[in-house]
Amino acid sequence: MKVLVPVKRVVDYNVKVRVKSDGTGVDIANVKMSMNPFDEIAVEEAVRLKEKGVATEVIAVSCGPAQCQETLRTAMAIGADRAILVETTEELQPLSVAKLLKAVFEKEQPGLVILGKQAIDDDCNQTGQMLAALLDLPQATFASKVEVADGKAKVTREVDGGLETVSITLPAIVTTDLRLNEPRYVTLPNIMKAKKKQLDNFKPADLGVDIKAHLKTLKVSEPPKRSAGIKVPDVATLVAKLKNEAKVI
Amino acid sequence: MTSLVVAEHDNASIKGATLNTVTAATQCGGDVHVLVAGHNAAEAAKQAAQIAGVSKVIHAEGEHFAHGLAENVAAQVLALAGSYSHILFPATASGKNIAPRVAAKLDVGQISDVTKIDSPDTFERPIYAGNAIATVQSLDEKKVITVRTTGFDPAAATGGSGSVESASAVADSGKSHFEGNEIAKNDRPELTAAKIIVSGGRALGSSEKFNEVMTPLADKLGAAMGASRAAVDAGYAPNDWQVGQTGKIVAPQLYIAAGISGAIQHLAGMKDSKVIVAINKDPEAPIFSVADYGLEADLFTAIPELVKAL
Repeated sequence: MKVLVPVKRVVDYNVKVRVKSDGTGVDIANVKMSMNPFDEIAVEEAVRLKEKGVATEVIAVSCGPAQCQETLRTAMAIGADRAILVETTEELQPLSVAKLLKAVFEKEQPGLVILGKQAIDDDCNQTGQMLAALLDLPQATFASKVEVADGKAKVTREVDGGLETVSITLPAIVTTDLRLNEPRYVTLPNIMKAKKKQLDNFKPADLGVDIKAHLKTLKVSEPPKRSAGIKVPDVATLVAKLKNEAKVI
Repeated sequence: MTSLVVAEHDNASIKGATLNTVTAATQCGGDVHVLVAGHNAAEAAKQAAQIAGVSKVIHAEGEHFAHGLAENVAAQVLALAGSYSHILFPATASGKNIAPRVAAKLDVGQISDVTKIDSPDTFERPIYAGNAIATVQSLDEKKVITVRTTGFDPAAATGGSGSVESASAVADSGKSHFEGNEIAKNDRPELTAAKIIVSGGRALGSSEKFNEVMTPLADKLGAAMGASRAAVDAGYAPNDWQVGQTGKIVAPQLYIAAGISGAIQHLAGMKDSKVIVAINKDPEAPIFSVADYGLEADLFTAIPELVKAL
């Protein structure tokens, strides 16, 4: 069984982003970019499935500008066998990405697709579910445990209030939550090896996908600032402030 | 123009997040209908009809809706979607699971975690862990939205006089089966609805210490308990207590952060709280930059003292 893992290149999670002064967006020129943390977990899970003998091949795929190649090389350094870049400079929204991934899915016919549950830039949490819908396949989102056997996947999901287990028929779509695994560090020899692995390049037109914007961003602004607080010297003052000034207890 | 709110419920009763979503639906203009798809969910449907502002409840009954599987609920929503301009879900684990599936089938974009409705087609939503607010306009005819519940006041749970109508249920997809769940037993208020939250971080050191130190404070205040990702990952607190970008988004009256440094991912989940109190040993901890009241102290002495003083 092949496993397909979509990965996204995003602003590194440690970077504190700045809103551009003209309100057109967030300033991402010259900031550190890396693989979306949830996607790292997805790649790790796919590689572990291969190490267990469940998966035969792990294919990483990314949609976006040419620089996404770096993200794909990282995925191959973690252990993906080969990679596919769908190259476009157009703005991609989740539905467009889902359509591109659908085309890649139909080309490769994987048994399982593992995505991150959300990207930390647009915070959408949509692509996996949309891909499942377009392909008419079952989905298991927010996975914290995945077991594959007999043409089915048993997935434990993180839901409000606790955990839930579902069983889905393969092929299927799984999205990862934080606690699914601890991604491994990439080693230098593996980074070198990843440079030699196959990376295919497609354009959306090659896949017959028309990219269309469904949402127009009118403005991006700074969130309202909190007014500066004070430091209190001891617990008694804190309690007095909460009772008399803030009146919250 | 009519909006459909997809209710979150446990078959017996409507969950609080549905009420905030109804408020958002009202702001989209037009009538508000509520879909209750469930198993033996007549009671939940009856409750939904009493929510102020709801004119009609559509009740779809079927065993395959019992656990809210995305494949089945999305198909039911799609069967009804034709007559609605807006389809709204609460931005909970369940709503986030189903809404994109509905949107993709309708070939429309989905708008996630809406915090404000500017007009029927223009919405505000946080991006980059809440470090920026994007105002977006939907270019689609139908709007599929998930609503950040902390952005809207709950609609009154009673006083409405909607009618309940039965809808024929779609067939079971058969591709997905519910196997079981482990729901944490909790007598405390629900995290996302609590007025006061006490939250602990890595500094607590162990799950025993977490309970020993934080529980008496939560008990005293009648508060819900939360945790940072570090505390959850280290096993000090259960997963569903996690507050942050990838956990729960909360906005209580009072948020007490003890031993939490205040990474941006954590702040994204709690910085809309009315009053924030930080207790931390490290004077440089970023949490102090958002705290209304900061106490620079060892939490192992400060919290028991605080419990005594209350």
